[in-house]
Amino acid sequence: MRARFIGLALGASIASLTIPALAADKVSDGVVKIGILNDLSGIYSDFTGRGSAVAAQIAIDEMGGKVLGAPVELVAADHQNKPDIAANLAREWFDQGKVDMIADFPTSSTALAVMEIAKQKNRVTMLSAGVAMAAINEKCSPLNAQWMVNTYALAAGTAKALLKTGRKSWYFVTADYTFGHSLEKDASAMVEAEGGKVLGVSRHPFPGGDFSSFMLKAQASGAQVIALANAGSDTVNAVKQAAEYGIGRSDKQVIAPLLTYITDVKSLGLAKAQDMYLTEAFYWDYDDRSRAFAEKYFAKMKRMPSASQAAVYSAALSYLKAIEAAGTDEAGAVMAKLRTMTIDDAVIRNGHLRADGALVHDMLLLQVKKPAESKRDWDFYTVKSVLKGEEVFPKPSDACPLNAKG
Amino acid sequence: MSTTLKIFLVLAAFALVVPFVPGLIYPVFVMKVMCYGLFACAFNLLLGFTGLVSFSHAAFLGSAGYVTGALMIRFGAHPLGMPAALVLGVAASLLVGLAIGGLAIRRRGIYFAMITLALSQIVYFLAVQFRWTGGEDGLQGIPRGNLFGLDLTSDTTMYYVMLALFSAGFLFVDRIVHSPFGQILQAVRDNEARATSLGYDTDRFKLLAFVLSAGVAGYAGAMKALVFQLVSLNDVSLHTSTEVVLMTLLGGVGTIFGPLVGAALVVGLQNYLATIGDLVTVVIGLIFIVCVSFFRRGFVGEFLHVRRRRAERRARAAPRPEPPPNDAPVAEPA
Amino acid sequence: MPLPFSSIPAGAAMPDITLQAFMAQLTIGLIGGCFYALLSMGLAIIFGLLNIINFTHGAQFMMAAFLAWIGLTQIGPWLGYPDFQVSFWVALVLAPLCVAVFGMAIERLLLARLYHLDHLYGLLLTFGVALVMEGGFRYAFGVSGQGYEPPEILQGPVDVGFMLLPKYRIFVVVASLLICFGTWFLFERTKLGAYLRAGTENPRLLQAFGINVPVMITLTYGFGVALAGIAGVLAAPIMQVTPLMGGNLLNIVFAVVVIGGLGSILGSMLTGLALGLIEGLTKVVYPEASTVVVFVIMALALLVRPAGLFGRDV
Repeated sequence: MRARFIGLALGASIASLTIPALAADKVSDGVVKIGILNDLSGIYSDFTGRGSAVAAQIAIDEMGGKVLGAPVELVAADHQNKPDIAANLAREWFDQGKVDMIADFPTSSTALAVMEIAKQKNRVTMLSAGVAMAAINEKCSPLNAQWMVNTYALAAGTAKALLKTGRKSWYFVTADYTFGHSLEKDASAMVEAEGGKVLGVSRHPFPGGDFSSFMLKAQASGAQVIALANAGSDTVNAVKQAAEYGIGRSDKQVIAPLLTYITDVKSLGLAKAQDMYLTEAFYWDYDDRSRAFAEKYFAKMKRMPSASQAAVYSAALSYLKAIEAAGTDEAGAVMAKLRTMTIDDAVIRNGHLRADGALVHDMLLLQVKKPAESKRDWDFYTVKSVLKGEEVFPKPSDACPLNAKG
Repeated sequence: MSTTLKIFLVLAAFALVVPFVPGLIYPVFVMKVMCYGLFACAFNLLLGFTGLVSFSHAAFLGSAGYVTGALMIRFGAHPLGMPAALVLGVAASLLVGLAIGGLAIRRRGIYFAMITLALSQIVYFLAVQFRWTGGEDGLQGIPRGNLFGLDLTSDTTMYYVMLALFSAGFLFVDRIVHSPFGQILQAVRDNEARATSLGYDTDRFKLLAFVLSAGVAGYAGAMKALVFQLVSLNDVSLHTSTEVVLMTLLGGVGTIFGPLVGAALVVGLQNYLATIGDLVTVVIGLIFIVCVSFFRRGFVGEFLHVRRRRAERRARAAPRPEPPPNDAPVAEPA
Repeated sequence: MPLPFSSIPAGAAMPDITLQAFMAQLTIGLIGGCFYALLSMGLAIIFGLLNIINFTHGAQFMMAAFLAWIGLTQIGPWLGYPDFQVSFWVALVLAPLCVAVFGMAIERLLLARLYHLDHLYGLLLTFGVALVMEGGFRYAFGVSGQGYEPPEILQGPVDVGFMLLPKYRIFVVVASLLICFGTWFLFERTKLGAYLRAGTENPRLLQAFGINVPVMITLTYGFGVALAGIAGVLAAPIMQVTPLMGGNLLNIVFAVVVIGGLGSILGSMLTGLALGLIEGLTKVVYPEASTVVVFVIMALALLVRPAGLFGRDV
């Protein structure tokens, strides 16, 4: 399989060296088509949804709507968080819809399902919202890139930063789901490696309703950090109910949500979320470049982009640039090119794509502002530090056969 | 040859040529319709022909899917791996069906439905908790394996194998409905007290119907695991249990072909709505409301109703009255 | 044999629990139980008279929370008076009323057409309505959720000896117990209640006595829905207001109603409170199972008493 990709890639690059061929020769079907597959109508629609397609369109527009002389098109669909719908759509897009790359996937089951099909059909997947470790470990694919972050990097960002401040006793409130378990497992390992101690764990059903029971247990444990290894409305409810009981309001005990989007902070409001530490791949107000992108996005969506929506922009932009550099849209060649590029755009900084599909790049350690410090809507975070990719992303795992080859 | 069989053969002949005419219908879509169609047939066996409402059919679909998928991942390469995984998957759904049915059968009507709903939540919980089900990642990349040495990786080969499996399942359901056992079930549905007074142990018949229905649903689930090469929590969720109600209702409760039509409509609709986004739930909800309020016979039921009415009118106009249509969905022409 | 479960029950942490912490957990369980009681009581009332399982109950709970949120935080800017806002107390009355009126309209326009049919159709209709409501609210307000604060007088915690309990939670317990008791009294101890119960048994006879049964049915539906609405407004300062907040709760409430015996008002209230406590305790012992424990209890209860703990067999 792999040999064939390389063969094709070689063939394609030789062709591009010799004769300036027509677009139709370099680009399959005469069009480069990007598919956005995510949740438009369900629980993940706020941080992906329509906004992801808008972000991808911004990237396409920045490329002038063309690559190698062929037009770039965008399709978007709602996988309704059902892997069989996602799989069906992806197959149809690949077989009949001329789609070359699909991005987003806020649920791990849909991401893994489409990765499998893309591998069979020799097309590219870019998980801009998918954070599952399986995607770069046992289920890794040479044609996949995890373009934003994974649960390990999220846990590492926050855990290492808090450990540095001397907070060594931890309590975990964990969603009883794979992503919750893996957040908890990775963060605990780091805590213990630094000589810290995990005082207890409460694993709650997903979705949970009333978290006060768990938060009180966590408080009673006396832990310096109450880490929330859950996401979305569970995180929001846990923080909200903690505030009700006055938990996590002092410097002695802080709450650290491990997987948080700016939409969650927006939903909580600064009064409840203030002072929390969290790690994100992107914050719109980081510097001039990120602000320039965010303003373009805001003009269309009337809200600021979440990290995963921003990551779709970066994924689409890098993908198109890689096609241009490779001189073909053949999946293997494009991925090979992506692996040689340094990704540095409005969203992703100092990024390198690894063999297993992990995009290693700088992450941001953020602290939520107090209401008085916030000057305008969406002015939510203070950037505490930039975390180097090598520090927060996991080492290549032996579980992924692509790593073994070196 | 019965009319049912004739219609079925026409459909099957159509299905046979699908892979040869590109652009006609996407074959993978047809496979999906076959899986969900059979799933809906299983549900209809219970709702349409026994009069029992179950909100646990996803539990059967999913448990068989998980068992088949997990076995294929381990033993998929073996020449007998696929049939064995299929059979064991169905066995798992039969067991789950027996457990849920055995408890739920103690109550009637709406209580029965609520109990199946609650018990299927336990199955969902187990699917989250067990390690071998893969949590929310689900089982991914399930190999299709081979059937007695016939490689199933190609979509076209798989398509024909699925068509054969589907036909067997569909004809099995049809056979049950028209068997003496099926007649007793319909007697129980129409008037349970009368069936009891005739000496039938109605609870036993209902339980048997429930378990059979669970088995067919599981068969569909195992097929689905092989076609899509994945099983996920969605397959055991309440959502899937309500989807199958919609399919059956939309196509026609208590008709042989209704569930197939309903499944094709719902699956097609989901694909179509996927691209317009945003309002999927609202549209599905509106269809529920319209269906229940104004269109309770469903498409096939409505079609049969119109036909029957027309036949009656003609019979009244004609000097020699014809015998009334029998219980088969379409009266057999002489 | 290795455990098939991916996680070990956190039972090992049990001995650390002090009496104080235990009391605190029980109290929290009781608060959850109050919501179950309010919601399941509404379901039981509706089922008792209309013979319909109201799948819209969760969406109506959600709708009331949203209406209250709109009133407390949004309506001023919408109307062009940024300072105007509805007080929590007004919302607590008004939002359930609005939801009840909306519910009664649905009952009149859609549900009433189905009474002569199998109960299944009523159930499916309410399910469809719930989908439309959830989808509509999601479309309009997104899924991340909104929130509002409890009124000032109820903010902050009180020291109740074994824990610091937020005043608002105490208020929730007192208010819901009062409402539950009032409802029980209304239905079981007054003449109106007698009519309603007679309506369940023999609507024709009641009609013959000159009582307008269809209107009575509509009002009863409205009343049951209003209970869900009150629960929704009460829940919003505790739980984030999202389109899915009700749907997640509803499955558990269904199980509560089945355990208590469908149609038994007292049964559903007591079962709701009891299950809140049991759920609270499960959160201490084996938190992973805190949702599913309700369903397990349901299965056990059915084995012992098929009619439900307080139900009359039908």
